[in-house]
Amino acid sequence: MDPLAEVPLLPGEERVTDKDLIYMCPFSGAVKGKVFITNYRLFFKSTDVDPAVTLDVPLGAVSRVEKMGGATSRGENSYGLDITCKDMRNLRFALKQEGHSRRDIFEILFRYAFPLSHAMPLFAFLSQEKFEENGWSVYSPMQEFRRQGLPNDKWRITFLNQSYELCDTYPTVLVVPYKATEEDLRKVAAFRSRGRIPVLSWIHPENQAVIARCSQPLVGMSGKRNRDDERYLDIIREANGTTNKLTIFDARPNVNAVANKATGGGYEGEDAYQNAELVFLDIHNIHVMRESLKKLKDIVYPNVEESHWLSSLESTHWLEHIKLVLAGAIQVADKISSGNSVVVHCSDGWDRTAQLTSLAMLMLDSYYRTLKGFQVLVEKEWISFGHKFASRIGHGDKNHADADRSPIFVQFIDCVWQMTKQFPTAFEFSERLLVTVLDHLYSCRFGTFLYNCESVRDTNEVRTKTVSLWSLINSDQASYINPFYATESTRVLYPVASMRHLELWVTYYIRWNPRIRQQQQSPVEQRYKELLALRDQYLKKLEELQLSDSAPHLPNSTAPSPASPTQRVTHLHTPF
Amino acid sequence: MLSLGSGGGKPVKPSFVSYVTPEEIKSTERETSRKEKHPDLLPGEVVFCSTNPVLKYTQDDVSQRGIFGTLVCTNFRIAFVSDEAPSEEQAQLFKNKLYGENDIPLTCVDHIYGGYDEKKKLITGGLVRNKYPSKIIIHCKDLRVFQFSLTYAKEEEAKKIFQGIIHHSLEPKSLKCIFAFSYCEKATATPEIHRTPRTVMFDTVEDWTQEMKRTKGNCKVVSANENFSLSQKLPQFFIMPTAVLDEDMTKFEGKGLPIWCWSHHSGCALFKTASLPLMQEDGYSQAYKIYMERMLNAVAQTHLYSVKTEELSDTLPTIQDIQQSYSRFKQFFLIDNTTEFWLSDMKWFSSLENSGWLDIIRQCLQKAVEVVECLEKENTNVLIMEEAGSDLCCVISSLVQLMLDPYCRTLAGFQSLVQKEWVAGGHSFLDRCNHVHQKDKEQFQSPVFLLFLECVWQLLQQHGPAFQFSETYLTVLSDSVHVPVFGTFLFNSPYHRATVMKNDSPQTQRGPLNCPEVWDWSLQFERKAQDLFTNPLYAEKPKQDKGARRTYRPKHQRQLSLPSSAFKTPPKKGFFKEETDSLKKMLRVKRISRWLHSPDSAQASTREFYEAWQRKPLDYHSLILPCLDGPAMRVWMQRYLRWIHEVQIFGGGAITVMSKLADLVGEVQELRRELERQACRADSNHQRAAASHRSSVRLSSSFPFATSRVWSFKPAIPTSLLQSLMITGGLADQDDEDGETLGVV
Repeated sequence: MDPLAEVPLLPGEERVTDKDLIYMCPFSGAVKGKVFITNYRLFFKSTDVDPAVTLDVPLGAVSRVEKMGGATSRGENSYGLDITCKDMRNLRFALKQEGHSRRDIFEILFRYAFPLSHAMPLFAFLSQEKFEENGWSVYSPMQEFRRQGLPNDKWRITFLNQSYELCDTYPTVLVVPYKATEEDLRKVAAFRSRGRIPVLSWIHPENQAVIARCSQPLVGMSGKRNRDDERYLDIIREANGTTNKLTIFDARPNVNAVANKATGGGYEGEDAYQNAELVFLDIHNIHVMRESLKKLKDIVYPNVEESHWLSSLESTHWLEHIKLVLAGAIQVADKISSGNSVVVHCSDGWDRTAQLTSLAMLMLDSYYRTLKGFQVLVEKEWISFGHKFASRIGHGDKNHADADRSPIFVQFIDCVWQMTKQFPTAFEFSERLLVTVLDHLYSCRFGTFLYNCESVRDTNEVRTKTVSLWSLINSDQASYINPFYATESTRVLYPVASMRHLELWVTYYIRWNPRIRQQQQSPVEQRYKELLALRDQYLKKLEELQLSDSAPHLPNSTAPSPASPTQRVTHLHTPF
Repeated sequence: MLSLGSGGGKPVKPSFVSYVTPEEIKSTERETSRKEKHPDLLPGEVVFCSTNPVLKYTQDDVSQRGIFGTLVCTNFRIAFVSDEAPSEEQAQLFKNKLYGENDIPLTCVDHIYGGYDEKKKLITGGLVRNKYPSKIIIHCKDLRVFQFSLTYAKEEEAKKIFQGIIHHSLEPKSLKCIFAFSYCEKATATPEIHRTPRTVMFDTVEDWTQEMKRTKGNCKVVSANENFSLSQKLPQFFIMPTAVLDEDMTKFEGKGLPIWCWSHHSGCALFKTASLPLMQEDGYSQAYKIYMERMLNAVAQTHLYSVKTEELSDTLPTIQDIQQSYSRFKQFFLIDNTTEFWLSDMKWFSSLENSGWLDIIRQCLQKAVEVVECLEKENTNVLIMEEAGSDLCCVISSLVQLMLDPYCRTLAGFQSLVQKEWVAGGHSFLDRCNHVHQKDKEQFQSPVFLLFLECVWQLLQQHGPAFQFSETYLTVLSDSVHVPVFGTFLFNSPYHRATVMKNDSPQTQRGPLNCPEVWDWSLQFERKAQDLFTNPLYAEKPKQDKGARRTYRPKHQRQLSLPSSAFKTPPKKGFFKEETDSLKKMLRVKRISRWLHSPDSAQASTREFYEAWQRKPLDYHSLILPCLDGPAMRVWMQRYLRWIHEVQIFGGGAITVMSKLADLVGEVQELRRELERQACRADSNHQRAAASHRSSVRLSSSFPFATSRVWSFKPAIPTSLLQSLMITGGLADQDDEDGETLGVV
């Protein structure tokens, strides 16, 4: 049989090349097989082992392709290709050391894995996939603000940024204090890094406290002040009628905030902002996070660090960073719950700020814990507010060492996962959704995570030329549903940000390791479904019995149901 | 003003000064509460002393206050009875009938500290006389921490209660002073409800015979030691290989005698023995060597003439190692205050690793898997040994049976297993727990049984649906070891138990004393609470193959076995190279540890065995093996974190799912009963009883423990964050956008 027949091709996906080679599997050793390269994926299938070893890697997940060994290298399987992936694995292929056997495949891989570096389109623009649902209609800012009860007498919607003039990395629709004029906004924009002014992200339905997000103020070395900015923050503070101070959460460590003054940034000084208290949340920058995840990969791939697992894990600091992000979001949510408005920023307000606001919103608003609501949350706080996905992920770009890359969004999803672990019944979606989101964060199959901000997305006509990831998910919702979900609309979820409860997300970070048992379905879920089925079966039987009872009672009659009562009882020995 | 939020910038110095200053206490509050209240005493319980008012700090409450009440010391417990009337809404579902949440059974006291001014001092028996502390801090073996202030009581009374508590909970005493003996004299024997299936006690010939039958073993039941006429070391009844001669039984005081534990369906069996450490080559050791060869021969004859031996002390930690490791480990959970908690949170993983506790658990599981591999894959008899034959032998043999035999994973099966391997098997519970605080026995104190429960918990959390009992059951069992009411954990051996119970009975006409067994759970919990012992994930094996069971030699077809073809391990070469001994040449006698040349290769081999097992479809009613990788080894959260406020997840935790499942199980069971009723009496028209739902109640992750505590619903915000992540160097100091300068507009 032609093994090619088994390569799952997406509409719009085209075969580019294939080659016989050896996959140096870190778990089952060297396996001979054939690799197929398409414009979307790398597919490998072994030919000599049973069960077959297969690989299915979207080229978007490739971070780096290297040649290993040379034509004269000694040793078996020392000549070939090394592929570093963004999704916590590396692939190594060995080829025959003759006739530049790897040249073609290397070049093809290099071109198709990094299309933007070769003036080629990303696969999302070539895909012909069709889905029942249109994911692009999931998020409409107006609809979402209306859901929050906005505009109201304190908050208005402004279209000042309609053509991205106020801020080119912000969305077009913004919610700002009613009292602030368009002129005020322009003045404030001048004092905020990249014009990212404080705007409303979320408003508490009862106490009207708000989460506002922005970038750092341009204080600089000289400690500049801006009356408009100061007044603007005060308007935010008093909008819900409290006399309490406004809390400004600066996500950075104090020292970094100070250091930013040298490049013109800084933080809100206490003299200038007398009605505000400033709290530093000590979350580190994108470079620290990138190195942390790199260290984590070192201890889990290909083999899980054997001795000293716990101290190795600790030395990556990954979970400590998760703890800090969660602890920050808890503080934001706590302030809001007690009726104080908060302003959250970091340096530019598109990395740590997005993490904090979206996690706090997840804690405060049960809507975001539904399948649809979570999509809205990601669309709103991450995509529309200009988290620089293109720079952080490096879609289709060959510069694997680019200092702009950083797993900030992965870290956010990890935090969400930690919350779902701590509150297993509070989220409508399952772990599978989170893993799928992360897979397509890299895959370039959908337009959802492409580009750095809305304005660039508009220029590239993403919404018309590509498919949304939510189309895939919403066309198959049942696969992403958490069966234990129990709606509880008014509850604030406070996860415990203690190392005692934070766990490594093994089923994501170590999922390539076959020793980590990947169950199709968790045993808990399976048991739950079995019990539900059993209950329905019993209810049905009970109903039948009651029906036959109400029928004219004839002893030993040939009643409609052929089963006698005793026979029925024997059916009931169902497992417990 | 820059601050770190509500946690406070600088960590507050841990303080042992009272949270409530005297001025804060309304004088009226104190006066109304003059009347001392005593707990409801158990039969045989006597109050030694009591004091009022004593302030009990509620360290779990962020308001950092306390409640006033009476501190009582009896021959059973240290009890604190609040002056306030217990509020109705705090009715606990999971109330222990023997002691309340504010009671500490005397044998449950781990350490007592005195708060003298600002200092915290460990109180040992001696130094009590001079000065009594203003504050008593009690660390319990079930990991509760109590803090009582004595400053409000009259000086005389405070002194008396302090000395009373120290005397009765820390000073050496005779075994007969343990409360169980007063209790069983006075308590009217509870009508024993025989639930089916019952726990097998293994104190009769029939029990052993039955167990042999159940596992289809072919060894012989020995009753020659009835009334311990042969040996005080051996149990009254036991099973040994058929080939052992009767006269060999008592040589070397029972050391070296292979005691049968369990038979594999293939016919091979697991044996354990106390071994004689051979120091030098003298006549005695020579004789012992010859004797041992005979014993090995006998074991080998049980099945296919092969045996592997394993001296557990060669590779596993000693009981002292276990004790030391656990002492380090438990400290992480005996938290006096919030500051201490968050400080210890920073280095949590490395502290955990340094305690070595998880590693000891892993080593035990690893060893058990090695033995399982011999039985299951090689079908070889295994003889495990260690000096006493009743510590790690009990751990390993019980774990092996838990993995191989699904019956041991049922509630009754597990309890029977503990009876068989631990109680009848002569584990020195008294010495290991040191209930009576004998100074000379301190070196023998070691939580070996807890270590076993920890291993079981690891299996349970990895393979939940394989176990009929729940995590809560294991936690309660681990607590019950320190409740001095049950005979189960009071003695060093069956002989010890028999002598203590017989001789010390004052009125001989009443016959021997009879302590209740821990398995009589109705003594501690109401029926409804006991429901929490069952695991809603567990489904009984479907009984469809009734006919198939009776077919010829069913044991080889039983689901227990994995076809040997599942393992494609190449045969290991070079077993016999160094074995020059003629007997060993003739027999296939191997030592597991020698056969697997180094610990590394042992791991490699078990890894292969594990992977082969993992590739097969999972059957929870068959062999289960633990994953021993770092990320798979976990901390028994429920047991260790249940009393710590900072880590309670309100409305969360795995319990939210489990209680949902449990409700559904209840509903389905109710439906089934209803159906059966209807089917039997077709004319009666019952209304379906609505299943009670627990889900509506908001649970915390510590459920069902600490439910009556008033938790705060404010989030716990970590303090001391800054110190935790002092990442310095190039990257940390950089700005997010490397190389870009800000456009200062």
